[in-house]
Amino acid sequence: MNGAGATFPYPLLNSIITKYSTNVKPNAKINYQPIGSGGGISDLKTKTVDFAASDAPLSASDAAGAPNAVHIPETIGAVTLAYNLPGVPSGLHLTGKVIADIFQVTITTWNDPAIQSLNTNVTLPSKAIVTVHRSDGSGTTFIFTGYLSASSSSWNSSVGQGKTVAWPNAPGGAIGSNGNTGVASTVNGTQYAIGYVELAYALQNGMTVAAVQNPAGNWIRPTLESTQLAVQSGAASGLPAGNESWTSVSLLNAPDANAYPIASFTYLLTYKELNVIPGMTQERATALVQFLWYVVHDGQDLAPGLAYAKLPSNVVQIDEATIRSLTFNGQQLPTT
Amino acid sequence: MIILLITGYTLTTGSVPVLQRFGSNFFFGTAWNPVEGRELFGALPYVMGTLVTSGIALLIGVPLSLGIAIFLVEMAPRALRVPVGYLVELLAAVPSVIYGLWGLFIFRYWMLHYIETPISTYLGWIPIFSGTPFGLDIFTAGTILAIMIIPTVASISKEVISAVPNSIREGAYSIGATKWEVIRYWILSYGRSGIFGAVILGLGRAVGETMAVSMLIGNATGPAAIPTSLFKPSQTMASLIANGFLEATGSLEVAAYIGVGLILLLLSLLINVVAHVMVSRLLKVKGGAIE
Repeated sequence: MNGAGATFPYPLLNSIITKYSTNVKPNAKINYQPIGSGGGISDLKTKTVDFAASDAPLSASDAAGAPNAVHIPETIGAVTLAYNLPGVPSGLHLTGKVIADIFQVTITTWNDPAIQSLNTNVTLPSKAIVTVHRSDGSGTTFIFTGYLSASSSSWNSSVGQGKTVAWPNAPGGAIGSNGNTGVASTVNGTQYAIGYVELAYALQNGMTVAAVQNPAGNWIRPTLESTQLAVQSGAASGLPAGNESWTSVSLLNAPDANAYPIASFTYLLTYKELNVIPGMTQERATALVQFLWYVVHDGQDLAPGLAYAKLPSNVVQIDEATIRSLTFNGQQLPTT
Repeated sequence: MIILLITGYTLTTGSVPVLQRFGSNFFFGTAWNPVEGRELFGALPYVMGTLVTSGIALLIGVPLSLGIAIFLVEMAPRALRVPVGYLVELLAAVPSVIYGLWGLFIFRYWMLHYIETPISTYLGWIPIFSGTPFGLDIFTAGTILAIMIIPTVASISKEVISAVPNSIREGAYSIGATKWEVIRYWILSYGRSGIFGAVILGLGRAVGETMAVSMLIGNATGPAAIPTSLFKPSQTMASLIANGFLEATGSLEVAAYIGVGLILLLLSLLINVVAHVMVSRLLKVKGGAIE
C-alpha cells in the first residue's frame, strides 16, 4: 500500500506504520512518503496512491477532481506563537487581533500599548518586532492564516488564508524560513522575533510560547490537553460525515473555556469505492481498511508520546462510520 | 541538446496559463500572492535576487580563487602545493545542504556579530547597508555562494595558470619584470580566456544553487524581496521554486513556479551565450598569443 502527503503527521504515521507492520500485520507493506499536502492531493487525484494525507480538507475544486473521496480525521494540529524576548518567559498574553496586527505590521514594536495593556506585569522592550513565517507552502500556514482571517477583518480582506500567502513586510524584518525547524531556529537565533510553529515541535524543543485568548476570555497555553479540548468542544457542533465536504469544518476558537483557539484536523484521504484505484485488489482493499481502522484506534495510543493530541471519541465514531462505508466493487470490507 | 529542448518545451507549455493571464506583468511584476481567488504573480524580485546574490558571490569569490590559484602555482613550495590543492578541491565535494546547515547554525551568527552589525552601526546611512541585520539576508547568502564557487574557480584557474608555458615566464623575467608584473601582465593575460571560463562555471553554480540559499536568504516574497539593501531578506528564483512548488495547489500557482523555472533556464542560457561570445572575442583580439 502506498500513501503520500502532509509532512506534519509523518512522525506519527511512520510510528503507527512501523508498529502495525511489526506487531499487528507482519505481512503488511505500507509506504508513506511525506511529500507535502499539495503533492498528496494531486497523487490522490491521479490515483497513484492508495491513501493521501493533507492538513487542509479538499477544496471544492480538488473534490471535483477526486469524486467520492472521503475524509478521515487522523490527528490534530495546533499552531503556537513562539517568540524570542530576553527575560520574558512562556505565557505572554496575546489575542487573535493583536497577533494579526503584528503580522500585518500595524503593531511594530513590542511595547506597543496594544500588547502592553494585555501584559501589565511584564516589561516589554521598545524594539521593532521581527516576524518569522514559513517560506515553504505548508498546512501550518494554512491553519495559522485561517485563524488570523477569523480574528481580523483587515487581515481577511487584504491577505487571506492559504498554504502560502503574501506576507506583509515588517519594518523590523519579515523572515521566511523553511519548515518548522527553520522557523524555530530563526526565532531562537533572532532577538525580538515572533513566529508560528506546530505544537509538537514547540513542545519537543521547549520553545517560549504565548498564551492566546480564547472566545471564553481565558488565556490558554498550547498543550496536548488544551488542543484536545478544542476538538471535543469544536466537534460538538456536529461534524459532517466522511464523504461530505469538510471545507467548512473549523476547530478555531472552540467554545470550551479551556480550549486552545488555534487547532485543526489533519486528514487521511482515500476513495469510498476503492476499485477506482488502478491495480486495487480485494486483498489490498481489505488491508487498507484494516490499516485505517488501526490508525484511528490503537494507533492513537502512540500520539501523546510523540506530542500529538489523541482523537476524542466523538471523532473516532465518525471515522468508524467512514471506514465501514468503504467498499471494493460495492462490497463492504472487514475492519479487523 | 535534446534534453535541453525537451526541458525548454515542458517549461514553456507548463507556464502558458500564467503567461496568458499576466502577460509581461509576469516578468516585470513584483507581487506574489498564491491565495486562491487573489492570485498575482510577478517574477522580477527573484530575478534581481538571483543576479545580486550571484554578483556578490563573484565579487568575493573570484579574487580569492585567483589568489589561491596564483599562490599555489607561482609561490607555494612544492610540499604545500599538493595538499592545499587537494583541500580546496575537497570543498567542492561538500553537498550544498551541508553548507546550508552550517550557514544556518554557525556562519549566520559570525556574519551577524562580526561583519553585519559593525557595518550597520557605522555605515548604516549608506542605502545598501540599511536595515537591521539578522544574518539571514542577501549578504550572508552571497557569501556562502562565494565559498561554494571558490573550489570550482580556483582549481580550474590553477590548471590554466600551470598550463602557461615556462618560456613565457622566463622571457618576462629576462626583460626585468618583477614577480608581480609577471603574474599581472603575462600569466593572467595569457590565461584569461581559461580563467574567464572558470568564472562562468562558478557563476553557473551560483545562479542555480538552491538549498544553501533558501536556508540563508530569508525567503521574502513579493515587493519585500526586491534587493534594495544587502541586509534585507530576499529570494532567488531557485529558492522560490524549492520553497513553494511542493505545496502549490491552484493550477495557476503551479504554472507560476514553472514560469519562474523557465526564466531561470533562459537566464542560464543567456549567461552561457554571453560567455561564449566574450571568450571568442578575446581570442580574436589576442589571436597570436592564444590558440
